[in-house]
Amino acid sequence: MRIFLGFLSGLLFGVGLLLAGMSDPAKVLNFLDVFGTFDPSLAFVMGGAAITTFIGYRLVWRRERPLLLADFQIPSRHDIDADLVLGAATFGIGWGIGGFCPGPAWTALPLAAPGTLVFLPAMLIGMTVATILKQRRTALA
Amino acid sequence: MPLDTVTPFTPLASTLGGVLIGLSAVLVMALFGRIAGISGITTGALPMRRDDWDWRLAFVAGLIAAPLLVLAITGTPVRQTVPTDLTAMAIAGLLVGFGTVMGSGCTSGHGVCGLARLSPRSLVAVLTFMTTAFLTVLVLRHLV
Repeated sequence: MRIFLGFLSGLLFGVGLLLAGMSDPAKVLNFLDVFGTFDPSLAFVMGGAAITTFIGYRLVWRRERPLLLADFQIPSRHDIDADLVLGAATFGIGWGIGGFCPGPAWTALPLAAPGTLVFLPAMLIGMTVATILKQRRTALA
Repeated sequence: MPLDTVTPFTPLASTLGGVLIGLSAVLVMALFGRIAGISGITTGALPMRRDDWDWRLAFVAGLIAAPLLVLAITGTPVRQTVPTDLTAMAIAGLLVGFGTVMGSGCTSGHGVCGLARLSPRSLVAVLTFMTTAFLTVLVLRHLV
């Protein structure tokens, strides 16, 4: 059940990305190109998604616990640290070069464009390196 | 970048797509009690990393299956234009992967779920990655 519903959630997310145009790097890069071929569509994606989630979360949180796991695990940190800012800045540069963030990169996989087939493994390597780095630092601290 | 061709402005489809993304995020919270951040789901999809990796791996499989479902329903393959400079794409992938893990989230985790939670950390992250992404495109398309 967990696996089936996890798959279904991912499918819904992916169809949303495709319908929104977010899975097309050309559209993403045009959103970021305010002084060129600007396409403001992605602001509507973010708006539609954030407002839906804002309302939906508040309905869900009336329950004691989620349906399939023991508890809600919601990030509780409020501090703004260097990792957050530098990590986000690094991500933004990569996003601006490739036009892919992690979700759309996955949905693009079966379309098998050469750029995607290079981007996705590189992304996984980057994630692994950062994960190991964070774990080492925690172990040292 | 050779991709600066005009893409049509699609406010309706993009809003509707955004709502579907939001519904998925709400579903993940209702079912699993977790944030639907794709970078976190990706790194948490490996067995032995966490005890609840199975639904994450299934979620990623769902993302990958999405264009096949769209093809099956509409009969037309998904159109997309991916940059063809493979060196640039390798660098982009490394930066996106490294940055999203260091910064604890990406467009979905910080952008959708974080803003919906009114998290100050996510607001800072979103403003930061939007700024560097805008600047990167500005430099690559207009200044180089």
